[in-house]
Amino acid sequence: MELIELIKKPWPWYVAGPLIGLTVPTLLLIGNKSFGISSSLRHICAACFPANISFFKYDWKKEIWNLFFVVGVLVGGFLATQFLENPDDFVISEKTIAALRELGIQDFKGLMPADLFALENILSLKGFIFFVFGGFLVGFGTRWAGGCTSGHAIMGLSTLQLPSLIATCCFMIGGFVMVQVLLPFIFKLF
Amino acid sequence: MATNQTNTNTVSFPEHLVCDAPNDMVKRESTLGNLKYLVVGVMFGIVFVKAEIISWFRIQEMFRLHSFHMYGVIGSAVVVGMISVFLIKKFNIKTLAGETVQFHPKKFMRGQIYGGLLFGLGWGITGACPGPLFAQIGSGYVAVIVTLLSAIAGTWTYGLLKDRLPN
Repeated sequence: MELIELIKKPWPWYVAGPLIGLTVPTLLLIGNKSFGISSSLRHICAACFPANISFFKYDWKKEIWNLFFVVGVLVGGFLATQFLENPDDFVISEKTIAALRELGIQDFKGLMPADLFALENILSLKGFIFFVFGGFLVGFGTRWAGGCTSGHAIMGLSTLQLPSLIATCCFMIGGFVMVQVLLPFIFKLF
Repeated sequence: MATNQTNTNTVSFPEHLVCDAPNDMVKRESTLGNLKYLVVGVMFGIVFVKAEIISWFRIQEMFRLHSFHMYGVIGSAVVVGMISVFLIKKFNIKTLAGETVQFHPKKFMRGQIYGGLLFGLGWGITGACPGPLFAQIGSGYVAVIVTLLSAIAGTWTYGLLKDRLPN
């Protein structure tokens, strides 16, 4: 099989995980940067609307590498979707499909269900919950916790930090509670 | 000029070390120099899409324990990260600029519990942590721009309320 054909297939965890792990030494060695992504949200606040809040009064320009990094992630998402798209059907666990069908999800063709992520949902209650409310929790929660999956789960655990282990466990507990307990109630609203 | 810049950098940022992704490079980098982080970001974004980590469905599978994929990704990333950090420390490997690699011990704060739980709830709804948000937008899921803006608003609100929250 040609290499490009192989690259276009979904990458298994044992390829993707180590590549993500290698981001840690790559950033450390090319510029003494600790891996973390949610901090970019803070830098955007500091750069665009600091509003005299002490939490946003710092030299964000010194941290501008972080913004270059997330713009890169966006560009990488574009390139992978445009040029390396998976030619085969997207595979999801049958059990997950069954559970989500029960909640009312009907579209299982792409990476994101159109039932939720279609543009016309932006101004609906669905959009309010899945984009506005969910996004707010992500931004507020990661900053309060001092990091996200990259800063705590990957960088923090790589450097054997107990606080990061605690934070990571809390991320997982929050996710389990939302998906297993709260989502069925949320889907009843539509 | 170099000394000037170092001075302005070291004064008045007591919050600095709280930042989860600090820049510890002493030397200032040019815009051109910063492009290397963009390149690393591009590689990272490609991995996110190709391993389908940006998929809302993959996050659903993870929190329903219906698939090992996400656990494998995060687990093997942590193992590779740990080994790398161990080797950097053991052999005192220097950065490209010849500096010693800096690590920051994190302090335990109650925010890691409260904030962590809130982020987890948001992760379960949006199907994205901050990194995948950017990759989803790049992949053409335009509606996620709203999620990103709201995450920025959430971060801003935390900054506003910080002193009134248990940290």
